[in-house]
Amino acid sequence: MPRQTPKARAKNFNEVALGYTHDMALQEANRCIQCPKRPCVEGCPVNVDIPEFIKALRDKDMPEAVRILKGKNALPGICGRVCPQETQCEEVCTLSKKGAPIAIGRLERYVADWEREHSTELPPSPNQQPSTGKKVAVIGSGPAGLTCAADLAKFGHAVTIFEALHTAGGVLMYGIPEFRMPKAIVQGEVDYVRSLGIEIRLDSVMGKLATVDELLEGKYDALFLGTGAGLPMFLNIPGENLNGVYSANEFLTRVNLMKAYLFPEYDTPIKIGKKVAVIGGGNVAMDAARCALRLGADEVYIIYRRSRVEMPARHEEVENAEEEGIIFKLLTNPKRFIGNDQGWITAVECYEMELGEPDASGRRRPIIKKDSEFTIDVDVAIVALGTTPNPLISSTTKGLETKQNGTVIADEESGKTVKDKVWAGGDIVTGAATVISAMGAGKRAAASIDEYLKRK
Amino acid sequence: MYKIVAKEKLCPVVDFMKIEAPEVAQKAKAGQFVVVRVDEVGERIPLTLADWDATGGTVTLVAMQVGTTTYKLAALNTGDHILDLIGPLGLPSEIESFGTVICVGGGVGVAPIYPVARALKQARNKVITIMGARSKDLLFWEDRLRSVSDELIVTTDDGSYARKGVVTEPLKEILEKNKQVSRVIAIGPAIMMKFCSLTTKPFGVHTIVSLNSIMVDGTGMCGCCRVSVNDVTKFVCVDGPEFDGHQVDWDIVFNRQRIYCDEERQSLERWKAHKCQHS
Repeated sequence: MPRQTPKARAKNFNEVALGYTHDMALQEANRCIQCPKRPCVEGCPVNVDIPEFIKALRDKDMPEAVRILKGKNALPGICGRVCPQETQCEEVCTLSKKGAPIAIGRLERYVADWEREHSTELPPSPNQQPSTGKKVAVIGSGPAGLTCAADLAKFGHAVTIFEALHTAGGVLMYGIPEFRMPKAIVQGEVDYVRSLGIEIRLDSVMGKLATVDELLEGKYDALFLGTGAGLPMFLNIPGENLNGVYSANEFLTRVNLMKAYLFPEYDTPIKIGKKVAVIGGGNVAMDAARCALRLGADEVYIIYRRSRVEMPARHEEVENAEEEGIIFKLLTNPKRFIGNDQGWITAVECYEMELGEPDASGRRRPIIKKDSEFTIDVDVAIVALGTTPNPLISSTTKGLETKQNGTVIADEESGKTVKDKVWAGGDIVTGAATVISAMGAGKRAAASIDEYLKRK
Repeated sequence: MYKIVAKEKLCPVVDFMKIEAPEVAQKAKAGQFVVVRVDEVGERIPLTLADWDATGGTVTLVAMQVGTTTYKLAALNTGDHILDLIGPLGLPSEIESFGTVICVGGGVGVAPIYPVARALKQARNKVITIMGARSKDLLFWEDRLRSVSDELIVTTDDGSYARKGVVTEPLKEILEKNKQVSRVIAIGPAIMMKFCSLTTKPFGVHTIVSLNSIMVDGTGMCGCCRVSVNDVTKFVCVDGPEFDGHQVDWDIVFNRQRIYCDEERQSLERWKAHKCQHS
């Protein structure tokens, strides 16, 4: 798939991957052998009818390809971009045994983008059932909430989504940067969900504006919690409250949601570092590092305490970051942040690490090398250690069970919590994971809620 | 969109706004705040509630013109709308029957101290209120505060009205005279809250301050508002905004308020220039 050159893209916030041309898409679609076993469908958390949409694509019946895709997935433009297909549908593709699997994600993206560009030729929204008169509240408009709401609406239920921020989309809007997930695409898919008759109420912080019990005592017959994992973790080392030290959540929210990269055209500022250290090895760390570079940093470091193979980030994102010139300091862990007398960060002091025996996660445990301290001069540091669920809902809802890490306990298959009429899914249940796994959870919960409402 | 149903200037740089937000007004409690975003390109800023009316469905904000957002707010009129208003956020003030309490409001902090003083009065406390400003033309809501206080002391730094001096002077005198004071609540500029805390410390009187940190979401998501309290990092938005003033690390508070000084100036200058061009 064509991409912007590393040199060009390191200076702009435009999308890195440019997408297939029509000919490229057809060529790739024609490689699909339409095998009868259809392992790709099983490999997809929302069971998109992959061979069928690919067949429609190569038959040049684009509206049909869109219809099939959207039948299972309300957010194809998003999934085509940020799903880890290499560990899902593409990993199990029959062709992958012999060579390259079908680039399912890229084809999905092509179909979704085609639809957006030809929206006048929109097929009617798929298979909407007549109104049941039942009302469901969905809290959170991220991938889990949007998917759950879309399916519930298709089943004929009246759905209201409550979103805490001023824009719908959750992590797709505040977390994932423009160059990886253009906001116009998220907006388009949110508009599609709205077009199914779903009301999205922005600026509504549940747990504060209303509790779960108040919603259930009021007008809702069931409720889905999809509030994600929004609470940033810090290192709890000296100097972490110095000016210039950000959580990745803050840094990315300023850049993506508040458009600080367009300051002063937009009012929200961000400190643009010359030398930036990002601590962490996940996708969020890659996003933060690549944003810092695009804002104009001269040098951006990824500081990660294990080695390359243990990095949780997608291989593709690590590669993108490397190509753009991000410097990887592996087997390195911060000891403290050092500041000047004005309270600004000037350096991060680190330990060198080595790998010991495997720990509980199955990865080899990083151990501090004795007397290995060294410093890296930086004027901005971004802590990207991961996130945990926001306790705003769990702390204000009686009868909801949570684990020690703040995640809500719910049945893996149905998403049902121990609390009557309440389901949950996505990062609030699993801790920080992927967009598509959250969508899968939203989808399964919608089916379970539908079953419950029919029985009632 | 949230409609401004009433607006007036309390003094040349401080604006009063009553804004339609029925659900927020239903739930609001003393000590809580809202986050506002004025327009599509606007920043999200927190403002502590100055009042609310559950039946009328409005919240009252009082804002001093300091940066782009508060200048934008000041330029709006009755009938105009602001794009976003999110709340009520933060934990409410602890309101109990403590006995005798002192409420200190400094500068624009006079506005958010009002609902706290009122709630404390309703909870049958003896409320002594000290309000202060740099000069007479920056004072407002004296009547309102008098109506919820058993005793009211007004100070101006320059002596242009009432007692000359700063709020910590009468605060100290009262604490010296009255051993029954069980709690002090101070809201105002960070420097005032710090000195109120230093003043009460030798008397061992529990002192609450309401921090007004820089925030983005206001729901615990970003950690921009973090502060060190008793050596533990807390988020002002969800763990506060009220904290024990004796335990707050004030140096971090002051430093973090200055993070965007340069950018704030640049943004405001740009807005003013833009405003001139179009008026």
